[in-house]
Amino acid sequence: MPFGLIKYGLSSRYPVIRKFPARPELKPRYDVVIIGAGGHGLATAYYLAKHHNITNVAVVDKGYVGGGNTARNTAIIRSNYLTPDGVKFYDASLRLFKDLSHELDFNIMYSERGHLTLAHTDAALRTSRWRAEVNKHLGIDSEVVSPEEIARIEPTLNLSPNVRYPILGALHHRPGAIARHDAVAWGYAMGAAERGVEIHPDTEVTDILVEGGAATGVETTRGTVRCGCVVQAVAGSSSLVAGMAGFKLPIRSMPLQACVSQPLKPFLDTIVVSGSLHVYISQSSRGELVMGGATDPYQLYSTRSTLDFTEGLMGHVLELFPFLGNVRVMRQWAGIADMTPDFAPIMGESPVRNYYLDAGWGTWGFKATPACGTYMADMVATGRTPDMIAPFALERFQRFDQFGERGAASVGH
Amino acid sequence: MKIMLCPLNGPRNISEFVCRGDVVDRPDPTACSDEAWADYVFMQDNVAGIVREWWYHVATAYWFIAERNTVTDEIVRTYPASEIFHPPVDHGTDSGGRS
Ligand SMILES: Cc1cc2nc3c(=O)[nH]c(=O)nc-3n(C[C@H](O)[C@H](O)[C@H](O)COP(=O)(O)OP(=O)(O)OC[C@H]3O[C@@H](n4cnc5c(N)ncnc54)[C@H](O)[C@@H]3O)c2cc1C
Repeated sequence: MPFGLIKYGLSSRYPVIRKFPARPELKPRYDVVIIGAGGHGLATAYYLAKHHNITNVAVVDKGYVGGGNTARNTAIIRSNYLTPDGVKFYDASLRLFKDLSHELDFNIMYSERGHLTLAHTDAALRTSRWRAEVNKHLGIDSEVVSPEEIARIEPTLNLSPNVRYPILGALHHRPGAIARHDAVAWGYAMGAAERGVEIHPDTEVTDILVEGGAATGVETTRGTVRCGCVVQAVAGSSSLVAGMAGFKLPIRSMPLQACVSQPLKPFLDTIVVSGSLHVYISQSSRGELVMGGATDPYQLYSTRSTLDFTEGLMGHVLELFPFLGNVRVMRQWAGIADMTPDFAPIMGESPVRNYYLDAGWGTWGFKATPACGTYMADMVATGRTPDMIAPFALERFQRFDQFGERGAASVGH
Repeated sequence: MKIMLCPLNGPRNISEFVCRGDVVDRPDPTACSDEAWADYVFMQDNVAGIVREWWYHVATAYWFIAERNTVTDEIVRTYPASEIFHPPVDHGTDSGGRS
């Protein structure tokens, strides 16, 4: 059998099908240059081409396509946020996600699981009720459930009162889902490339050309490129690239680590999150338990893994699922999250004209990929900020008008 | 386990410490513009390289300064705040009732 498989793999009758064309030569000028070929940059390119017929677009990346946080996240998709503006935006994204396999004609393995945010303290239960009310008001399926109901939803969860932090209740969000993160980047890349967008991996932006207060091009490791406007979507590198354009962001780059266990038979249907215990866990379609927690405690641009993280995380995982004691951790990794002080993203205009920002996605931006791409494309095409993303402007910090999304975003992703 | 050299307590596990952000000059809140204040409160240099930060040893409530490399995760040097703040920081509060 394995021999047959090798023969199949090497046979010229079954060639590897390229998902998108090999890297073309860089042209001297494009209408739009998008920095960052993660999900966000590629989705923006896709919708620019599809909705606005703008195809003279180059997406440049210093690494390979979708190799940043898009490849590293734990793929949780949900809309049970706390602020009305946040809830509306993430709901729009979740709706796009539901239909994305069809839209891209590429299976992103969208899997609706339900999402439980456990509460172990009165304060956490209060936040759950608050979120449930905001959500219901906006038509989102969220409700507070008791331990008895939790036992029905997720029977393997340890609901014993004889633990350090007994479970008092949870916020149950039925639309909570996971998807195959790489497929999202590839699907958008394929769709964009088919419509004429150029994708340039291994092309690092080293400087932004600004003339008379407006962006006019980028300097790259493969030469200078002029353009009508620039979109920056570089996640953990947001401050560094914004610095090239000459302005600062309210962002700290912090590593966020995650890990997976060896594959197990399916037993965990729901995505389980505990803010108090700093842990979230779901089971992938391969059977691996995907686990993570909060960001590392200090700023860093290094994607090293630490034992502190796994040790701390497993203490909590074992409180929730004690029978996992003998299960092994298979892989561990990190991505660099671009953290804002109000746990909300920054989308829209920047201090430089024709230079659009898509940053501050921290630990929660995968679920935003389709909506972010849609609205960023609208903005670039029309030159106007769509209502849906106006509240996320960078300029909110000048007005001391931050979001209050921490209660719904800090561990849940 | 990562070890940090505390100027007061010697080498300790880094989990005993809290990082409290860059050492920056605070503008005078009564004199500066709203813009300058927002800049001070929210904007970050977020440097990839050597940074100079306030750190805090939780168990002994001791504040000090650390220089570390945010690309390699190396701690370059730690020292008491008095090394650069001399005389000590004036918080602009009235000086009566010193305890
Ligand atoms: C461990 C982990 C778990 C997460 N879990 C979740 C989750 O469950 N749910 C969720 O919604 N979100 C989650 N996130 C957050 C999510 O992954 C990100 O917010 C999202 O993927 C950001 O997408 P992006 O396309 O903006 O960035 P990225 O995918 O990081 O793409 C940015 C690209 O920019 C490129 N780049 C950087 N600098 C330059 C330069 N100078 N020149 C050219 N290119 C450059 C990089 O190479 C990179 O490919 C998680 C993140 C991590 C790290």
